[in-house]
Amino acid sequence: MPSKFEELVERANARWAELADSGKLWIRVQGGTSGQAAGSDEVMASVKEAVESSGVDANITPVSAIGLMYLEPIVDVQMPGEPRVLYGNVTPELATEIVDKHVKNGEPVAERAFAYWGDRSKRPGTLPHIEDIDAFGKQTRIVTKNFGSTNPHSLLHYIANGGYSALNKALNEQTPEGIVDEVKASGLRGRGGAAFPTGLKWSFLAPNTAPVKYVLCNCEEGDPGAFNDKGILENDPHMLIEGLIINGYATNSTHGYVFIRQGHEIPIEATRKAIRDAYDAGLLGENILGSGFSFEMEVSLTGDSYVAGEETALMEAIEGKRSTPRFKPPFPAAAGLWQKPTNINNVKTISYVPSIDTNSAEWFKSTGTEGSTGTAIVCLSGHIKHPGMYEVAMGMTIRQVLEDIGGGVTGGDHIKVLQTGGPLGGVLGSEAFDVAIDFDEMSKAGAILGSGGIIVGNETTDVVDLIRSLIAFTQFESCGKCFPCRLGNTHMLEVLDRMCKNESRAGDLDLLEKVGTNMKVGSLCGHGQLGYNPVSSALQYFGDEFKQRIEGSLEPSGPFEDGSMILPTRTRP
Amino acid sequence: MTTATSDTAAKLRERIRHAISSQQQPTVTVLSSLLAVQDALHYIPDEAIEEVADHSKTSINEVWSVASFYTNFRFTPPGKVTLDVCWGPSCHLLGAQQILKAVQGELGVEEEATSKDGSVTLRYSTCLGACANAPVIAVDHHMKGRVTVESAAKLAASLRKAGSD
Repeated sequence: MPSKFEELVERANARWAELADSGKLWIRVQGGTSGQAAGSDEVMASVKEAVESSGVDANITPVSAIGLMYLEPIVDVQMPGEPRVLYGNVTPELATEIVDKHVKNGEPVAERAFAYWGDRSKRPGTLPHIEDIDAFGKQTRIVTKNFGSTNPHSLLHYIANGGYSALNKALNEQTPEGIVDEVKASGLRGRGGAAFPTGLKWSFLAPNTAPVKYVLCNCEEGDPGAFNDKGILENDPHMLIEGLIINGYATNSTHGYVFIRQGHEIPIEATRKAIRDAYDAGLLGENILGSGFSFEMEVSLTGDSYVAGEETALMEAIEGKRSTPRFKPPFPAAAGLWQKPTNINNVKTISYVPSIDTNSAEWFKSTGTEGSTGTAIVCLSGHIKHPGMYEVAMGMTIRQVLEDIGGGVTGGDHIKVLQTGGPLGGVLGSEAFDVAIDFDEMSKAGAILGSGGIIVGNETTDVVDLIRSLIAFTQFESCGKCFPCRLGNTHMLEVLDRMCKNESRAGDLDLLEKVGTNMKVGSLCGHGQLGYNPVSSALQYFGDEFKQRIEGSLEPSGPFEDGSMILPTRTRP
Repeated sequence: MTTATSDTAAKLRERIRHAISSQQQPTVTVLSSLLAVQDALHYIPDEAIEEVADHSKTSINEVWSVASFYTNFRFTPPGKVTLDVCWGPSCHLLGAQQILKAVQGELGVEEEATSKDGSVTLRYSTCLGACANAPVIAVDHHMKGRVTVESAAKLAASLRKAGSD
């Protein structure tokens, strides 16, 4: 008799075959938050309407975003037995043309396609293979392997592409201790910013025999410029859910929470649906796949609060309170959510777990560097030709990512400044561009890989104005619990604001340093402790610019002539 | 109090209670209930503070402390549509401030506020999560990327016109 999982795989393979091998044409329309921003909803509607009125019998599937966001909206057409043809920057009008020419008559609109994907011997005309496009081919796709190909709302698509086999293996063939050891051996480190060894963290929770234990997955992701956590949830939510169930099994935990900020409807709905489907298929709940292991999971929403991403503040938010950080100790593994033993990991970290478990720790370590194994999922935005979400092997230099994958600068002739790892990560100048993407190498250079966001500024970028906008963010987002952070951010913003308006006072730089040092030593969490980073890193790389600004030898800086910027008006009482 | 207003008040309570009691997730808290009310009503009336306190068996003070902390909660009804304009650093580098100013001009407001005719509420957003297609704005959570000063102003004007018709 086939096992419960074997039955699921059979169903999934049958479903996939209906789409891929039924002799029917298959149209994939990529979606996601970024896709929506580029107009994918309108393109989907146009494709559906055109196919319907053409009378052609085709499968139309909404699929995940491949990450090449500069080409969005993306539509992909596959004739039976042929490679996929990918169209970029599709408008509703172009969608109709694609249906008329390619879908109806089998002739690709070659000049509007950017790549084909599949059998190289069947190359359509002179189109490049997607692997030969640097922005795609230079990636190493582990977590993002299904991106662009599967429907994130379909459990069966995920299973047909190898999904949940790691969970099945874990429950049937591995002990919890064995999995913790495997994760330890893989060298996996936390992708949320702190880079703590994941297996070690799990080993703090695993031996605790408390009857209720929690594993939390942090997708607060308030960092502007970072969208890879939400990206995983909206593009392949089951990858995270499978990883979180394995995390629960390995640490003998009973409940999992996926923590997301309200308002991000696309990832929230994708995750909620994926959890419901996992329950219906017996992959969550009582006695998962007949193994005897039971595990519950739900989505927990937070209101708007950047500090809610800090691990103890996050627990306060799940408990329904103000998301302010707690004193440590006790540490979460001893007393976390509702004072129960708790582990908390970032979305990206957990999403590597199924691949590590399927392929082995050794396999994972074969990518990346000795201290930073595997890949980094980076988000490029700002003055860059190819903004998007890319998964690259650790050890690639920042410059390679910017040039080979990012395609180089836009709106100017060189890149001047990078803002990495969220607002608290600060900025980097060109001296640091040859540093490898690696937790330790970047930290030596005074930078943070953090959540993986890289915001690019060309030579027209005014650094003092950029720093003012970062501090405006951290000032707005201070939770207010520790006064050095609450008042320090406000004070720094005042100083930077007058600097931009050419109204600096003598000693302003010393004042910034004094305030920053107080914040560092007098704050409970990273928000205050790292709050001076944007200023100190900018002084390190662009000190001259600050000096000139203070001397008043430059025009007022910022978006408006008088050097002002529009600052947020809502505050926390 | 006239019958008409007490009817409305009773109806408002009913909608609040319904929003609180129809939450799908197993873990129901003060925060989750407030989020549910704001989802249903688009703001948190005083009555909701009382109902959430009642439902969570906690004080009105506790509920206010949570409601006043998260910056997405609002305590007066918003306009017919809410327009979020992102001012995060990616959008900042690509002209978010000029876009904000243009939108404010179209709506006749000077900060985050609702246009006088009640058609559009402007909110600043710290990040809408579509940075690769910056600058980004959102109409009732629906994202629009690669906007310009002109396209954003045009959109604000058309939302205002649609809302005041």
